[in-house]
Amino acid sequence: MSLRSAATNPWGSPRLLRLVTIAYVVWSIVPVLVAIQFSFNAGRSRTVWQGFSLRWYLTDAGSVARDESLRLALFQSVRLAFLTMLVATPLGVALALGLARWRGRGARAAGFLMLVPLITPEIVMGVALFMVFANLYDFVPFGTWAQFLGHVTFSISFVVIIVRGRLFAIGRDYEEAAMDLGASPAQAVRRVLLPLLAPAIFASLAIVFAISIDDFVISQFLVAGADTVTIPVRLYSGARLAPRPSLNALATLMLVITMAAITVAGLVMRRYNRREGAGGESAVRALTRLDF
Amino acid sequence: MPTNLQAAETDSVGLKDWVWKAAAAPGLVWLVLLFVVPFYAILAIAMGRLHPVQLRPVPEWNPLQWDLGPFGEVWSGLFGGQLGVIAIRTLLYVLAACALSVLIGYPVAYFVARKAGKRKGLFLLLILAPFWINYLMRMLAWVNLLHNDGFVNTAITAVGLAPQDWLGGRPSTVILGLVYGYIPFFILPLYAALDRIDGQVLEAARDLGASTRAAFFRVTLPLSKQGILAGLVIIMLPMFGDYYTPNLLSGSPRTQMIGNQIDQYVNQTTSQGRHGAALTLILMMAVALLMLYYLFNIARVTEEARE
Repeated sequence: MSLRSAATNPWGSPRLLRLVTIAYVVWSIVPVLVAIQFSFNAGRSRTVWQGFSLRWYLTDAGSVARDESLRLALFQSVRLAFLTMLVATPLGVALALGLARWRGRGARAAGFLMLVPLITPEIVMGVALFMVFANLYDFVPFGTWAQFLGHVTFSISFVVIIVRGRLFAIGRDYEEAAMDLGASPAQAVRRVLLPLLAPAIFASLAIVFAISIDDFVISQFLVAGADTVTIPVRLYSGARLAPRPSLNALATLMLVITMAAITVAGLVMRRYNRREGAGGESAVRALTRLDF
Repeated sequence: MPTNLQAAETDSVGLKDWVWKAAAAPGLVWLVLLFVVPFYAILAIAMGRLHPVQLRPVPEWNPLQWDLGPFGEVWSGLFGGQLGVIAIRTLLYVLAACALSVLIGYPVAYFVARKAGKRKGLFLLLILAPFWINYLMRMLAWVNLLHNDGFVNTAITAVGLAPQDWLGGRPSTVILGLVYGYIPFFILPLYAALDRIDGQVLEAARDLGASTRAAFFRVTLPLSKQGILAGLVIIMLPMFGDYYTPNLLSGSPRTQMIGNQIDQYVNQTTSQGRHGAALTLILMMAVALLMLYYLFNIARVTEEARE
């Protein structure tokens, strides 16, 4: 392709577009890779590489293992994510089933209510939960309890979206066939529908875990004291005031945990999709659809 | 033989409607108690009173007793006061970040969706990766690079330029930080829209004599307009409420955004809680159109999936 046509027609030239895309990918990922690299630095610097070491993970007095504030943050994030996952998933699965099958006037309104948390700016939700726990539900203490209730609230809608996608894909034929063969409606749900929903339920568990670990705003608005600080809140308070490679180590651990959860979700979906052949959608697609 | 009445109560699968309502109930009750009621609490605080001794906000749950005082103060602060400066700054930052996101994001989404060929899966994975890297970690990575002895200053002093105080209150750092933070959320819906365009439509355009350029501007671009709009809405909503990006990448009052003001009112000064609530309400009203657009978009996609 001549230079002239590349200049007059940027969209026809994959070479130029490829360059832009590669530059974007480098820009978006390399800073994070550098941050990960320096979590393994043998020295105190985040700029000068002084050799590989696990010092900021394990041995230094300020390391994740030995600095109490970092250890507590790791513990708090994992604990919250675990609790949130266990409560938000069943609530969301039941809500998705109810919304998909119940055909009344209320169903539409309920469907809209379910979507609103997805589109509400986090700061608004943070302020709202802060106000309600400070003034109305004052029997709920700030800290873990308030954070847990907040995390479940923003997670439910994600579960509904994931499960509902699968419900639409399955349709009603299997349930109806089960009942034609003599199953009661309850048996059809329990022994046919729920097993068919299993991949979506597993994916929901993993994704709720990941988005709970990832949350910053709600956790920060509802925090109470050092032992309820989560990893993102700890990164926020330490990034400018007390930056050390151990902060990078904490962030790296969070990344590993999130990636593990997402990989599990992706593998489960892929396995089921392969078993079902071309009808299933790819895991990547299912995950990307979350933002609609 | 079931009567018509029974048939109406029973859906085609055989379970009665109330069973499905009961399944939906716990989730809905949760959302009412922890989403709808908290939202009303913002109103009750914004229109409430200030405790005379403890100087903390006291909610007023009865709309007939609402005091519009703090709301009015925030409102007049927005038109002519310091708050107005912050609001205009927020708008400018968000618009600049959106413009940059389109300029950078469109070519990337276009390449991955239509021109990446065999490497499409790999590129898709790479543009998805930032989704699962925590926002605060991504900001921390830039703080590492931009601080006074960081890589960026080391690199520019190596080529003979003077080191800069990148994190000392520069609007450009904050705007680029916003672009860096949110652009993956812009690229993805745009990618989806571009990916959906049927290649045969473009071939038809070429067969009918359109140049590549004309085909792009008259077919691809119009067909991807929805994707651009959806992407912009998705990134504008969190940007308008962002307070952590300016705090981490500048921390200076000169780059304060609306979110910083809300954070200060609510988290740092108890006596200003009512103003924080009022400002949150005004922010909500300002972005309501964006939220509605997004809401109806999701509802439409869902209806399509259902059919």
